[in-house]
Amino acid sequence: MKKIWAWGALLFGILYFTLPLVGMTNFSLKMRRGEYSFDAYAKVFGDPRFQETFTYSVTQALFTIVFGVLLVVPTAYWIRLKLPGLRPYVEFVTLLPLVIPAIVIVFGYIRLYNTSSWLPLTGSAFGTNILLMFGYATLALPYMYRAVDTGLRTIDVATLTEAAQSLGAGWATILARIILPNVLVAVLSGAFLTFAIVIGEFTMAALLNRPAFGPYMQLLGANRAYEPAALAVIAFGITWGCLGLIQLVSRFQKSAPPKA
Amino acid sequence: MSFLSLTNIKKSFGPVQVVHDFNMGIEKGEFVSFLGPSGCGKTTILRMIAGFETPSGGSIFIDGKDQGALKPNQRNIGMVFQAYALFPNMNVHDNVAFGLKVAGTSKTDIDIRVKQMLGLIKLEHLADRFPYQLSGGQQQRVALARALAVKPQVLLLDEPLSALDAKIRISLREEIRQIQQQLGITTVFVTHDQEEALSISDRIVVMNAGRADQIGTPFEIYNTPATRFVASFVGTLNIIEAKVADPAAGSITIGNQPVTLREPIAGLNGGDTISLALRPEAGSIAEGAKGDASISGEVVSTSFLGSVIRTRLRVGSDIISFDMFNNPGIIPPASGENVTLRFAAKDLLVIRE
Ligand SMILES: Nc1ncnc2c1ncn2[C@@H]1O[C@H](COP(=O)(O)OP(=O)(O)OP(=O)(O)O)[C@@H](O)[C@H]1O
Ligand SMILES: [Mg+2]
Repeated sequence: MKKIWAWGALLFGILYFTLPLVGMTNFSLKMRRGEYSFDAYAKVFGDPRFQETFTYSVTQALFTIVFGVLLVVPTAYWIRLKLPGLRPYVEFVTLLPLVIPAIVIVFGYIRLYNTSSWLPLTGSAFGTNILLMFGYATLALPYMYRAVDTGLRTIDVATLTEAAQSLGAGWATILARIILPNVLVAVLSGAFLTFAIVIGEFTMAALLNRPAFGPYMQLLGANRAYEPAALAVIAFGITWGCLGLIQLVSRFQKSAPPKA
Repeated sequence: MSFLSLTNIKKSFGPVQVVHDFNMGIEKGEFVSFLGPSGCGKTTILRMIAGFETPSGGSIFIDGKDQGALKPNQRNIGMVFQAYALFPNMNVHDNVAFGLKVAGTSKTDIDIRVKQMLGLIKLEHLADRFPYQLSGGQQQRVALARALAVKPQVLLLDEPLSALDAKIRISLREEIRQIQQQLGITTVFVTHDQEEALSISDRIVVMNAGRADQIGTPFEIYNTPATRFVASFVGTLNIIEAKVADPAAGSITIGNQPVTLREPIAGLNGGDTISLALRPEAGSIAEGAKGDASISGEVVSTSFLGSVIRTRLRVGSDIISFDMFNNPGIIPPASGENVTLRFAAKDLLVIRE
């Protein structure tokens, strides 16, 4: 009896998640009347605005990842090594982006960095790009920090650091040659999550008026019928691709347990 | 000044002082063990030599050079940890090469040196393995090779063997000693295993609550313990509570039985209590055993330890153990039997507290 309920719940769950997807995919293929075709996809891929915004967002994502890694890995490492008492507070701070809406953050940015402020970042496209990257890094912080911190837990940070120090290594060498390689898998999973977040982000990019993928999706959705569905499937594919890569990388990790 | 000299080293964590005025000079090429119970400050002193802790007072000199202002990575010290601490992302070769790479050694020189080091620990065939593919003993040998590869002035080992099982522990400690002598490297070895310390050290520092109770060769430490703590911590010495009868004549009583020491007892009066140490192998109950002193007591137990038989004797309120070699021709005494233990009075050592 119990089994039936379990199976029923599972079935319901599967349908709940897949039906809309199936419906959307189905719809995206129906642009040509009366038959299935990839017309909508061809349209989307052929649209120069798609290529432009997608490239822009991918570039932003890559910079965000690099910035996030450079910010989070040394921070999480230092806190584990020297300030373990601060860990709960830092963890709390990294969770803030989950409770503070992106729109609040971006309004704060605009107020602080507008053209008549002490640091007029929004005055140029380049400055705004940097600002947007900071915003993305903030949004990705909860995931990035958690991933890296979990990675650090699997190695004996203190002893490895001392071993490296006694062999003459300085902080930069320790971070680059010992710490980073040992949390690489964690860093990669944080990176893929960051990528997925940046690709789909709308609020910040729209309010900072940058040609990102998120606002493009919104624009298309407001004006077309079939293309948005195709675009949604594409975006969905990218996200799941990222999650798949996380799985792949963590499986790869299992063949080389890091514990000393 | 000694090659490695520690002068008036103190260390406090907050209000707790864990090392008190520690003084010691270690000569070049010497193998010194720090021996003591858990929490007595062995690791703390080692970490101060390595630079991981800053002394609250005192100075550390290596080869005449003050180490006080030097960071750990500026000191020329090799360190081996209890938990091996090999870099998990590097294979054996790269682990051993790490210090050399950091120092900017050329690739050909690194390869030569790594080969040489792996030869020393007899693990050339495992150069491509990762740490998780090695046994504990192999990992610790790699850690030793890694520490030695950079030719440190001083090698520090913090209980390097305590995570290993008994057999490997013994073979590896002999290997460490042999490599140490081959390279002539000044070594400080921390352990709480007295047998380990006695078997491989040139000198031993017996530590008790942040102080050095005694510094001496294994022979001195074992045979002439300076304090009651050393006597009880090192070996299985009997500590006997006796009463002073006549200090000038050196006569005492152990459980009401008179015994005369070789020398007069200084600084004590008749009726005072005095602690004496007697090694278990110093006495015998065999017929016609030699010795100018004797005490009788009741056998409490006998235990068979292989080559020796250890018998525990009750004398008054003291329990005295003594060992005799196993001999199939002699049957050990039974519990409850009364026997007389003969020994040389000079083997009874007066212990200061
Ligand atoms: N970072 C620290 N902060 C506070 N107290 C410490 C710290 N490190 C060590 N202690 C204290 O100093 C004392 C000596 O510690 P230490 O590690 O030197 O002992 P040990 O002789 O190496 O013992 P063991 O044989 O257990 O390793 C202990 O009481 C310990 O609690
Ligand atoms: Mg210790």
